[in-house]
Amino acid sequence: MKEITILSGKGGTGKTSVTAALGSLAGNAVFCDNDVDAADLHLIFQPEINEAYTFSSGWNVTINTTKCTRCNSCLDYCRFDAIRTMSDGGFVIDPLKCEGCRLCERICPANAILAEENKNNHWFVSSSRFGPLVHAKMGIGSENSGKLVTRVRQKAKEIASGSDSRFIINDGPPGIGCSAIASLSGINTALIVIEPSKSGLHDAQRLIELIQSFKIEACAIINKYTINDAFTSQIEKYLEILSIPVLAKLPFDKEMVLAMTEGKTIIEYNPESEISQKITHVWEGLARKTG
Amino acid sequence: MSFRIAIASGKGGTGKTTVSVNLYHFLAANDGLRISLLDCDVEEPNDAIFFPDASLVKEVEIFRDLPVIDTDKCTFCRRCVEYCEFNAIVVIPPANYAEVNASLCHSCGACIVACNESAITERKETIGKMTSFRPERNMNLIEGRLKIGSSMQTMVIKELKKSAPADDDITLFDAPPGTSCPVVETIHDADYVILVTEPTLFGLHDLKLMVELLEEMDKEFGVVINKAGLGDQSLYDYLQSNQLEVLGEIPFSQEYAGLYAKGDILNKIPQEIKNSYQSIVEAMELRRSKK
Ligand code: SF4
Ligand code: SF4
Ligand code: SF4
Ligand code: SF4
Repeated sequence: MKEITILSGKGGTGKTSVTAALGSLAGNAVFCDNDVDAADLHLIFQPEINEAYTFSSGWNVTINTTKCTRCNSCLDYCRFDAIRTMSDGGFVIDPLKCEGCRLCERICPANAILAEENKNNHWFVSSSRFGPLVHAKMGIGSENSGKLVTRVRQKAKEIASGSDSRFIINDGPPGIGCSAIASLSGINTALIVIEPSKSGLHDAQRLIELIQSFKIEACAIINKYTINDAFTSQIEKYLEILSIPVLAKLPFDKEMVLAMTEGKTIIEYNPESEISQKITHVWEGLARKTG
Repeated sequence: MSFRIAIASGKGGTGKTTVSVNLYHFLAANDGLRISLLDCDVEEPNDAIFFPDASLVKEVEIFRDLPVIDTDKCTFCRRCVEYCEFNAIVVIPPANYAEVNASLCHSCGACIVACNESAITERKETIGKMTSFRPERNMNLIEGRLKIGSSMQTMVIKELKKSAPADDDITLFDAPPGTSCPVVETIHDADYVILVTEPTLFGLHDLKLMVELLEEMDKEFGVVINKAGLGDQSLYDYLQSNQLEVLGEIPFSQEYAGLYAKGDILNKIPQEIKNSYQSIVEAMELRRSKK
């Protein structure tokens, strides 16, 4: 079984559309949406949810103002400036600043602070026309996106090994932070979708540095290459120096958006289009190499 | 006190950077005003690309405190492990092993309070850097940049916001994509939030998540529709039925996308797009005067 994560550094490069298109070709694969913060893959997969779970996203910490003796200790200990004094002199915790470390609860001499588990992250095991999909909906403003990514990937792996699937395909998160790190650990191949712009190149460079620090094999697709030919060749040169193969260059085509609007992959929408044919070619190559 | 506007989008690639940079440019055209732009998308900061001629003012490293355990003093009692809510400490008594995992540690300081043997001290660890530029006399641009491999984006954003010149008339925060903790950190003390979206299936879905977040945070906000004309009607239906304020529409133009690619969107702005930004600028000026 091989695991591929599709990433883009920057959002909006068409990563999810490419993932969905590859997905519709994969056959024997399990899919996992690692972009738990803004999960979109399900909009095209239109999965039927079979199992739903909650996932703890840390602690909800509050101060009981009647017990509180206003000793100021918690204020001094909290490193996240999450505790404020109210106009009446009482203390209150700002849930948006609190990291849920529970230090204030432990040091409060009056036992006035209470931490309760926050269970507003949800994740799902679903079936779709392309195969099983594990996906999540993160609670608004939640912490722990990295842990949630690890959790959904774990489940995808269980399903894949239980069903003799050949591939796990992860739709990766944007950026290079905790969720990107969690979506890279232990995979076989990272496929980077790059847009030929100054910022696209800049973002890809940071992402590639991260991927290489994990010593993971990388390959790339240049999407919307017709937007800027000069940058496309600059990106190609850059990738060549790093020995990262470019599997395809896809033109800008409004059909990608139109397909999405209908909840279809480009392969389903127009199998004859240049993009569809190129993506088919990419998948054949990936399957041969990693399969 | 500066009027603080955050520019956010549930999804990456909707043009959040384009809108931030243009708004910054048009606001600063009134040279009686002092405007700063903070690039809080610290995983992939891009704003400075659009100001190649800006002078570099200064560059500072950002540190955090990372605990280190002195195994000569440690009695391997595991109290610190119990205190650490982030599973960042591993203590194996039979092996005389005690160590902090830097990638999981949030620098909350709880373990130091836990340890009765004074075995834990802290050292400085670099988590990123902050670079200030001055594009024009009345403009400050400060960029936060997360060190590759670090997952301390929230702390980098916090430091970045502390460094903002308090006496500037308007401060813009270019927020990271998504709705998780780094986004909340960016927008929680903003006076107003501009949400950038695109009229596509993904754009609408992620906008809804963002609206949910802002309503929960009780923030005033308005929507900018970027790449207007590219997708379908459903975004407009949603905006109308929820009576959300639309600040402006920026038409999709392949030519402009090409300029963006080159990092050259501020020189040849088509009149139509100029008008859109002018009206957003006026709307912001009005809000500021009411504050
Ligand atoms: S430590 Fe406890 S008693 Fe002291 S101010 Fe905080 S909540 Fe109140
Ligand atoms: S739990 Fe930690 S972050 Fe939250 S208020 Fe208490 S000390 Fe501060
Ligand atoms: S500082 Fe906090 S997060 Fe880091 S090891 Fe200590 S207890 Fe754990
Ligand atoms: S609390 Fe102190 S003595 Fe106990 S295991 Fe941790 S570092 Fe060692």
